Amino acid sequence: MIPMNMVIPPPELAAITALQSKLVSALRPILPEHALLWEPEDTIPYECDGLAAYRRMPLAVALPETEEQVARILKICFNMQVPIVPRGSGTGLSGGAMPMSQGLVLSLAKLKKIISIDPFTRTAVVQPGVRNLAISEAVAHLGLYYAPDPSSQIACSIGGNVNENSGGVHCLKYGLTLHNVLKVRGILMSGEIVEFGSLAPDSPGLDLLAVVMGSEGMLAVVTEVTVKLIAKPKLARVIMASFDDIEKGADAVAAIIAAGIIPAGLEMMDKATTRAVEEFVHAGYDLDAETILLCESDGTPEEVAEEIERMTKVLEQAGASGIQISQNEAERLKFWSGRKNAFPAAGRLAPDYYCMDGTIPRRNIGTLLRRIQGMEKKYGLACLNVFHAGDGNMHPLILFNGADQEEWHRAEEFGTEILEACVELDGTITGEHGVGIEKINSMCVQFGEGERESFWGVKAAFDPEKLLNPDKAIPTLNRCAEYGRMRISGGSVPHPELERF
Amino acid sequence: MSSLQSSSAIDLFREQILAASKNKTPLSIQGGGTKSWYGNANTFTKLETRSYSGILEYQPEELVITACAGTPLKEIEAVLAEKNQVLAFEPPHFGDGATFGGAIAAGLAGPGRISAGNLRDFVLGARILDGKGQDLSFGGKVMKNVAGYDVSRLLPGSMGTLSLLLEASVKVLPRPAATTTLRCPITQARALQLTNEWAGQPLPLSASCWIGSSTGGDGELTIRLAGAAAAVKAAIPLMGAAVNVVELDPSVADAFWSNLREHELPAFQNLNNNDTLYRLALPAVCGPLAIPNMNDQLVLEWHGQQRWFTASGDDVTFATVKTLANANGGHATRFKQGAHVDPNQQRFTLLSEQAHSVALEAVQARLKASFDPAGVFATSRLP
Repeated sequence: MIPMNMVIPPPELAAITALQSKLVSALRPILPEHALLWEPEDTIPYECDGLAAYRRMPLAVALPETEEQVARILKICFNMQVPIVPRGSGTGLSGGAMPMSQGLVLSLAKLKKIISIDPFTRTAVVQPGVRNLAISEAVAHLGLYYAPDPSSQIACSIGGNVNENSGGVHCLKYGLTLHNVLKVRGILMSGEIVEFGSLAPDSPGLDLLAVVMGSEGMLAVVTEVTVKLIAKPKLARVIMASFDDIEKGADAVAAIIAAGIIPAGLEMMDKATTRAVEEFVHAGYDLDAETILLCESDGTPEEVAEEIERMTKVLEQAGASGIQISQNEAERLKFWSGRKNAFPAAGRLAPDYYCMDGTIPRRNIGTLLRRIQGMEKKYGLACLNVFHAGDGNMHPLILFNGADQEEWHRAEEFGTEILEACVELDGTITGEHGVGIEKINSMCVQFGEGERESFWGVKAAFDPEKLLNPDKAIPTLNRCAEYGRMRISGGSVPHPELERF
Repeated sequence: MSSLQSSSAIDLFREQILAASKNKTPLSIQGGGTKSWYGNANTFTKLETRSYSGILEYQPEELVITACAGTPLKEIEAVLAEKNQVLAFEPPHFGDGATFGGAIAAGLAGPGRISAGNLRDFVLGARILDGKGQDLSFGGKVMKNVAGYDVSRLLPGSMGTLSLLLEASVKVLPRPAATTTLRCPITQARALQLTNEWAGQPLPLSASCWIGSSTGGDGELTIRLAGAAAAVKAAIPLMGAAVNVVELDPSVADAFWSNLREHELPAFQNLNNNDTLYRLALPAVCGPLAIPNMNDQLVLEWHGQQRWFTASGDDVTFATVKTLANANGGHATRFKQGAHVDPNQQRFTLLSEQAHSVALEAVQARLKASFDPAGVFATSRLP
């Protein structure tokens, strides 16, 4: 069937239709009828992931229910040289699961069994489609939980978390997916089953698990994940501190860390965000504050009392204009409700918003926020700033109207400029959302030709035929050259100090 | 170090790499040489990294230190200590001259690994020279970064077989506010049971070590609690309720953990010329193992996941030990050998001896070829 939303020249269209028939015929014998979709009305829900601005219809969508089916699908596509785009829950924000028009979308959503839970060794073995939060829910009665908690944890799947090396509010203290996964079982594009990592710590040899983490579905298809569970803290309390100056707030973040404290969470919202969310959640935020910091402490009651006291002192010394400490769990959740609802609150302010994701050293938070204020004027678009201050992971939300094509392009350019500023400030173009299709051009700003060549070498080591999600994350030399030309306006290249080609 | 000095050191390294590539004479990278006995033996030309030394960037509030590979590990630890910060994975030095680069290449971690994570978990970024002499940087200096593949985390434990590490950025942590060490007499089985039970509770358990007889009977468990002062204080009676613990004097405790990390306890010292020190890495579930022909003392770290013992250094013993490890889901390493043991023996459990690894062997070979097409870093120290 013809992908509906694409304008394709007739000879190519014929080729795509022919390829689609061939692929569907090859996959039919190994999948139940309901697990293979190719009619446009069935495949349209898969045309994009959480980044709806980029869409493309796939040749077909396969929804295997067993590891064996996954292996057989991979082998068939390998033999037919059909590229595969793996997909979890589709909550990714960088277009990492955007289909390829001549490729198959491989959804792992039906592999959603919790295979085993072992309280003694504090591990759980789960299939890739298991939702992040479902793991913690399944082990809560044992006093354990799975620490990484991306904001999308209600919906996002552990397989996707592995591929994006997801973090969350608590990763400052408890680490990213990388730090909380012991073993990943997966299948190479050739159909071979492999295991990365081990339950026995620190195996000799190259740490292939480390490179599979955050590889955006380009190295192997995940079929089983062994996660580390940790003891649930007995208590958590949060301090909400207001600052009348954004720099003071940013400096307070550094002061807490310099005082030897690693809070369980350290999050920041600017005035525009606070106002937007207060209207939405009524958490009692200080609307006059230029910025609000949320600092959480967790652990034993004794530990929390000690840490809250120490953090309060540091925040006072850093010039906080107001401090509130949650007195009970309901209040703690109320303080967090605004931070957790910042995205939907932004959605009420404009028809669309573009959520960026870049990371900078903590000391540069104030500088970046000031620059973003300048960019708001330059692009004529408002931007809300809400972010994981503790690890310098910024999430500017650029407000725009998607119905206006010109405004969308302005929003895109605004976002790109923020990412370039992150690189210039010693940071990176993506903290936790991945590169996907969205930031592939910005990779040309952060990495030189040699690094990009090495990335392709890594890709080829796992997938020599380059069939697994091959159009994502790692730009080709040509792409960077084109991007370089595109970005030169009036003879002035942004960041001339960065290596180009 | 001035930029001129550092760039000339890099130029010299590049010349060595290019010459080795041209002449097909592989190099063996060496820092302080304190772990030169670790890994498979080789006789390749040495490329010494100590000339490229110095801390490049350290801002305590960023919790990151960036240093040249040849920087003495002691220097890094001293600079961190001034700001009350530490390398939480506690890398062993195994000698005075240990370097930062050597620690990363070896990928070894000390007693704190069980609570803090391994060395790889802390690596944020790296600058390398690849086998073509290309100067490349991966990762960065921030905690979260998913731009491109995480090449910098492939380097820990690669033992210089992938590239020459020039610089690395690692995450550091504040020194815990309070630390206490407790000790009790206990059997191996009970020690394994208790430490794993404690690890599943919200207790500030930072390290554990059981030392006892090879028969698995009586022994002594030493545990370290570290964290907020109030949390440490509250945990002592909880542990005391399970076993009869005594609190060690802080100086005695510090010496114990340091000697354990550096293999300077008596249990590591009786390495006979014909013996080998074996390392077993095992899943947490593994109970006491009966190891044939081992010498008297057995050391269990990481709640039983890392075990040390000495035994005859012949191939028959290694084969037995590997079989035992594999049967329990782990692997074995001939960590250090006595002077009279054949140095050409294989030291590691090979990938081919592990499950689902045929395809991985090919992946690993292609990865090596991609970073080092001419085999410059073919030190063979790692299979």
